[in-house]
Amino acid sequence: MAHLARLALTEAEIDAFTGQLGDILDHAADIEALNVDGIEATSHPLPRTNVFREDTLRPSLDRDEVLSQAPAAEAGQFRVPPVLGESQ
Amino acid sequence: MTALELAAEVRSGQRRAVDVLEEYLTRIDTHEASIHAFNEVTTDLARQQAQAVDDDVQAGRDPGPLAGVPVAFKDNMCTRGIPTTCSSRILENWRPPYDATVVQKVRAAGAITIGKTNLDEFAMGSSTENSAFGPTRNPLDLSRVPGGSSGGSAAAVAAGFAALALGSDTGGSIRQPAAFCGLVGMKPTYGAVSRYGLVAFGSSLDQIGPFAANVADAAALYEVIGGHDPLDSTSIPDLAPTVLDSIDRGVEGLRIGIVRELSGGAGSVEGIRSDVVDRVQAAAVALEAAGATVEEVSVPSTTLGLSAYYLVAPAEASSNLSRYDGVRYGLRVDAATTGEMNAATRTEGFGTEVKRRIMLGTYALSAGYYDAFYGKSLKVRTLMLQEFAAVYQRFDLLLTPTAPTTAFPLGERTADPMTMYVNDVCTIPSNLIGHPAISVPFGVGHDGLPVGVQVLGPALSEALIFRAAATLEAAAEMDR
Amino acid sequence: MIGHEPSLPDDWELVVGLEVHVELATKTKLFCGCANQFSSEPNTNVCPTCLGLPGSLPVLNGQAVAFAMTLGRALGCEVRPSVMARKNYFYPDMAKDFQTTQYDQPTNVDGELRLADGSVVGIERAHIEEDAGKTSHVGGGGRIGDANYSLVDYNRAGVPLVEIVSRPEIRSVEQARAYVSELRNILLAIGVSDARMEEGSLRVDANVSVRPTGSQELRTRCEIKNINSIRSMGRAIEYEAKRHVDLYASGESPHQETRHWDEDGGRTTPGRSKEDAEDYRYFQEPDLVPLVPTAEEVAAIDEQLPMLPAQRRHRLTQLAPNSADAATIVVERGQDDLVVAAVAAGADAERLLTRVQNDLAVDDWTKVDAEGLAALIGMETAGELTATQTKQVLAELVNHGGDPRTIAEALGFEAMSDDALAGLVDGLIADHPDEWNRFVAGDEGERRKMQGFFTGQIMKATQGQADGRAVADLLNGRAG
Repeated sequence: MAHLARLALTEAEIDAFTGQLGDILDHAADIEALNVDGIEATSHPLPRTNVFREDTLRPSLDRDEVLSQAPAAEAGQFRVPPVLGESQ
Repeated sequence: MTALELAAEVRSGQRRAVDVLEEYLTRIDTHEASIHAFNEVTTDLARQQAQAVDDDVQAGRDPGPLAGVPVAFKDNMCTRGIPTTCSSRILENWRPPYDATVVQKVRAAGAITIGKTNLDEFAMGSSTENSAFGPTRNPLDLSRVPGGSSGGSAAAVAAGFAALALGSDTGGSIRQPAAFCGLVGMKPTYGAVSRYGLVAFGSSLDQIGPFAANVADAAALYEVIGGHDPLDSTSIPDLAPTVLDSIDRGVEGLRIGIVRELSGGAGSVEGIRSDVVDRVQAAAVALEAAGATVEEVSVPSTTLGLSAYYLVAPAEASSNLSRYDGVRYGLRVDAATTGEMNAATRTEGFGTEVKRRIMLGTYALSAGYYDAFYGKSLKVRTLMLQEFAAVYQRFDLLLTPTAPTTAFPLGERTADPMTMYVNDVCTIPSNLIGHPAISVPFGVGHDGLPVGVQVLGPALSEALIFRAAATLEAAAEMDR
Repeated sequence: MIGHEPSLPDDWELVVGLEVHVELATKTKLFCGCANQFSSEPNTNVCPTCLGLPGSLPVLNGQAVAFAMTLGRALGCEVRPSVMARKNYFYPDMAKDFQTTQYDQPTNVDGELRLADGSVVGIERAHIEEDAGKTSHVGGGGRIGDANYSLVDYNRAGVPLVEIVSRPEIRSVEQARAYVSELRNILLAIGVSDARMEEGSLRVDANVSVRPTGSQELRTRCEIKNINSIRSMGRAIEYEAKRHVDLYASGESPHQETRHWDEDGGRTTPGRSKEDAEDYRYFQEPDLVPLVPTAEEVAAIDEQLPMLPAQRRHRLTQLAPNSADAATIVVERGQDDLVVAAVAAGADAERLLTRVQNDLAVDDWTKVDAEGLAALIGMETAGELTATQTKQVLAELVNHGGDPRTIAEALGFEAMSDDALAGLVDGLIADHPDEWNRFVAGDEGERRKMQGFFTGQIMKATQGQADGRAVADLLNGRAG
């Protein structure tokens, strides 16, 4: 889990979290036990569909302003340490 | 003086916005060190804005409905060129290249943006103790928390550092601090206020809403920030957020239900303090006296809300917070590879509560657990929507406590996350189903601290909940 | 039917499914108003949304959705209510560290692609998703593993894609090529993409496995990425299939993994193994709302669909049943409307198709009109022009247009009457009695040889203007 979330936890943190997450999931036992057969899932509290925008240009940001916030930049791009593995 | 009165005086030229501002800045100078409501006070910008408002008035132009009113923003709303940190190390020096829609709207209404307020890191918490920059203290009792996660905004208004403030409410983060600080705090219907520029916590739950010292001021700020925004796909189209003109119509003939599961008595969740229950009963009496009928009603699924919330919100958060990876903005802790850099940055940049929720959310969404936890939580939302819809066939509004207790002492609950989470039990249902809710101060508890009562209504019933809130406010005044 | 690959032993059968990513030709990106244009200077077509800045939100480009549905219908898919989902994984070119895509509820499902050879490949789904930015690796020869550091450009981030996933029903390299080229034809016909493989606006990943011929099993497959042309796709599939066969032959099995096509080395190399594949924690994108196309919308799309390549080929083979290959080529070149019009104007369909296939292989045929073409073919059919003359007149039509009869006259192609030709033939027979006897009495080979002799003499005498077939008819008639 910690790797999926890109977090490097210490042993102590892992121990503490494991216990606390256990408590929270214990509390969620009421939900686990619930019979929800035939009930649809609600991802959105308000039912809306088909929200689109027009295919028209809006101004992009100024690159200097964007890159001024980057931890490292070079040649108009964001610079990062070597990447292992390919994009997907 | 209320914010509306202040705006009226500035608009009419009776007072200058720059003078008003200096009064607020003086209070900040005197008391901010002991309260720590702000992450940043934008003094220079505020002075420029105040001058511009005065120039407008001089030139005969109307600066807008909030002319000269100092407004504070929770520091998870983007402000162009001004640090927007979410009270996290990971965004400590981030200056966004754009303004949130609400920031633009508040400025366009002639208000003065006075600063960015402290919060629980990424709005995760109920006490503002989870800020990377230190806790905010309750101006009414400095040994106590102001509530959270919008504790800085609540404290700013309570301490007179700002006339109004905006907070964000994912599970009660406006209403609970409003209750703890003796203010009015309101969470609008999901989609009534644009989330564009609000740093996401739980995207399907987050809403921005107003803090004010009184109901009418809160209503005025809601009118300014509400309405459709094409930049937010979940924004409600053709919405006219008109609430002020009906605010004095009272509650005569309204049917109001007291939610049994949150009433402290038989069938209620545990932990709602008796003095808080007493204030809710007193509020019910006041509403009856104003011509409403009040009766107890059972909404069983409210007790499931806490579990569903603490799965849905962390799940969405775990995904929303992935982007803090040290590549494009914010903190970077260097390492040999990008993957190691991502982990080092996030490990150092996030506080304990944020990590805990990311872990919880990652778990809830992971293969093998999705159906049992996240999937089921979404079905609980459906159940709650159905139950509340049925209840609103019989009732116009519902009444509950805002929080189970009054403001608690700093440090009391930081050790055990579950005791902190239980604090949100009354406020969470409105977020899960997207309905509006308001917290109004209604007297004090046995500790002398303010108690907030909460009025809930169906989707888009903002005008109605403001009416009920105004009725309660008037009754509380009489009581005093 | 499509034949077996010579490189694969007869007792092994190839099983291929293709995943084709197509960039949609919208003006702007999928979720923001930045230009869909990524050959620009790095990071100039970026905004809060496609950079994944905190607080930013996506709004779907309606044109991209319309294009995706049009493509779905062109592939015979069912267009269904759908939702966007988040696919969570960390990679620096993915600005939010999740990809917004479609998962369990894609827009288009269950289609098919009818190839020119009559075979049909099932389409599992064609879903909408966003593209990632571009990472370039600096130092170490630009290779990913050896780079000193990497640079990220987000111009391509958020560009709209449709991913078309075929069923594993492709059985040969030729069929894979035909599939991609047919898909390309469709994309161009409906105008939703420029579909240029070399420029990356059409990208192919191939899922390759093999199985004993006649078996129905699906064995372990490998996903081949980094395929840059139709030609390298063929080579990659061939290589990978052979690798699998060799592994099985030596008692081993392939591992399910992603492999990369190495164009220079002519081989695939291992990439990420599916066994340590990420858990993507898909869930519905809370910042976007469901897509629910109405039956009317789908009907309107169907109505506006142009005639697709398969239908266009069918239209030609209806007219000329013996010219299926010519029909395929003519449709690919987009000359089918001209052919149909020329047939309507009276041209013999089979002869016309042959003529167009062989002699109209030019980039610009706009000067050739249907009436002229029909007249020309009519002259050829009537024997007024020989094949050679017809080609010459057609070349003239391509270059300058005009009336074929006028051109033929200007070129001095006099119509040779049947009588004149018969006279020439009779004269030749009289002059060459030995050859004539060998023609009349010889075996098949001898007869063909002598026919060649007489035809050659006639051509010499007429400077190539006689019709070879008419000469053969005359010789056969005289021989009885």
